Amino acid sequence: MSLPVDLSTTLGNAWFPSPIFTASGCASSGKELAQFFALKDVGAIVTKSVMSKPRHGRPTPRMAETPSGMLNSIGLQGPGIDSFLANDVPWLLEQKARVVVSIAGETIEEYSTLARKLRSVSGISAVEVNISCPNVENRGLVFACDPDASRRVIDGVRKTIGGELPIIAKLSPDVTNLPEIARGVVDAGADALALINTVLGMVINVDTMKPHLGGKTGGLSGPAIKPIAVRAVYQVHAALPEVPILGMGGVSSGRDAFELILAGASAVSIGTASFGNPTALIRIQNELRDILAAKGFATLQQAVGFAHREETQ
Amino acid sequence: MATINKSATQINATILSNKRVGSYHQILINVGDVVKNCRPGNFVAISVGGDSSKMILRRAFAISRVSENSQYGGSMELIVAPHGSGSKWLCSLPEGSELDIVAPLGTAFGIPTEPINALLIGGGYGSAPLFGLADVLKARNCKVDMLLGASVGAKIYAPLEGKRSVNSLKIYTEDGSMGEKGRVTESLLEIVSNRGIDVIYSCGPMGMLRAITELVAATDVIHQCAVEESMACGIGICMTCVLPVENEDGQVAMLRSCIDGPVMDGSKVKWDLVGQIPEVQQ
Repeated sequence: MSLPVDLSTTLGNAWFPSPIFTASGCASSGKELAQFFALKDVGAIVTKSVMSKPRHGRPTPRMAETPSGMLNSIGLQGPGIDSFLANDVPWLLEQKARVVVSIAGETIEEYSTLARKLRSVSGISAVEVNISCPNVENRGLVFACDPDASRRVIDGVRKTIGGELPIIAKLSPDVTNLPEIARGVVDAGADALALINTVLGMVINVDTMKPHLGGKTGGLSGPAIKPIAVRAVYQVHAALPEVPILGMGGVSSGRDAFELILAGASAVSIGTASFGNPTALIRIQNELRDILAAKGFATLQQAVGFAHREETQ
Repeated sequence: MATINKSATQINATILSNKRVGSYHQILINVGDVVKNCRPGNFVAISVGGDSSKMILRRAFAISRVSENSQYGGSMELIVAPHGSGSKWLCSLPEGSELDIVAPLGTAFGIPTEPINALLIGGGYGSAPLFGLADVLKARNCKVDMLLGASVGAKIYAPLEGKRSVNSLKIYTEDGSMGEKGRVTESLLEIVSNRGIDVIYSCGPMGMLRAITELVAATDVIHQCAVEESMACGIGICMTCVLPVENEDGQVAMLRSCIDGPVMDGSKVKWDLVGQIPEVQQ
């Protein structure tokens, strides 16, 4: 009988009892999953990226299943920040869940406006700044594809929100030099990085011979993108070993989560796996605990970035 | 306390039988006490392809009917059309196979508290949940008439025992290979007025649901339709299955077919906006 593994982790100054989080956009604001497990039993609920105003999102069809993955083109449908803060956050805190609020904006100013509203909200653990949603009308507006725009968004949020609440910048893998963008947002005040958002993709319906999704392109998620996530986390952890990473991308088992942790993730978000299995987070958390114990790790922290250490021996 | 999906559970269920019926498969699964929470209009989400499958999303199927008193305890019947790779896999499974299911999901048909005249309209295998509904309505002393339509006779699902639970059944096929040649909407208004129909319950292709809504728009008939939109999760977290629906304050909201549906008030669905983005009213 081995000792129980200490799964606790930190992102900036936020502490979490477990490294297994939901992924933004894959758990709504938690109410739907609460029937299947107690939200306080996982590391944190990362809420769906919220914008200033209510938003309908993109037209249907919004989804296409692909081999070991899926494309989505939701387009940030949501209630807007005011309704979200009035209804969803208090409910989540009542459940004793740790809450990471994800925000998205169309302009640098919108991110700052959202940050100003979050500043006065007590009880939330961190803010995820989603600068990498691929489902916006203008790809030029994907801030995370532009090092300068990324820096300016994070700089604006940091200045508005003050020094307390940890900022997690969510980045896109669809860039040439990810470590450079990561370094830029960290210099601008990000405490942690979320890697990776979905990968831009497309499906053409061979019956209609037209793009299948209403939004034409969509974000690819699921096991198909896991190796991209492992690469991205590994690359960024190598460049910025002191910056905590919330890793994600196709994780559907404890082994997958462990792989991202070895690559350098301090915590792991579960997204598409919840669509196929509403209790995925609990199963993955249990499997991860068993794997860590089997590999002889007494704490999660000892395993973070382990793949790099082996390289230098 | 959960407020959404509040009856849903995830369980392993065994296939009791899998029979071919016309173009479809009638699959009976042992779900135990889950049947107690199943209502006509609810659906089940099933994992397909096995553990190493490249199909990562569940498939949603309307629950055709449930029985509490089978020799196995609670059982659930599904009518599955083997169209895509997921439903083909399901239809290929032998008796005794284990399924990972989440049920019951979705908003069920509204059942009247007083006896009414109900017209049930099914398109293709959309008729499946209507027979279970007919049983419930008959138990409430409702008069239940049924119209079924499909492109060809092989795509009409109308089991013998199901026919017993309705007062009348009329079948339409587009090629005339079964019943009357034409569509279910053919003489709908006449039927509605002759039989004093209070409520229409429908399930089938979106085009049929829209056509019914438009035909009865000028009448007092309530139209409860079970919509069909492709969904990734079935539990309200993916936001892919949305439809433009008018809410209480007259604004159009993108509602999820899985939790705000599949049963919706046909007159509230903005059929002409499906596949578009409505204007946001601030």
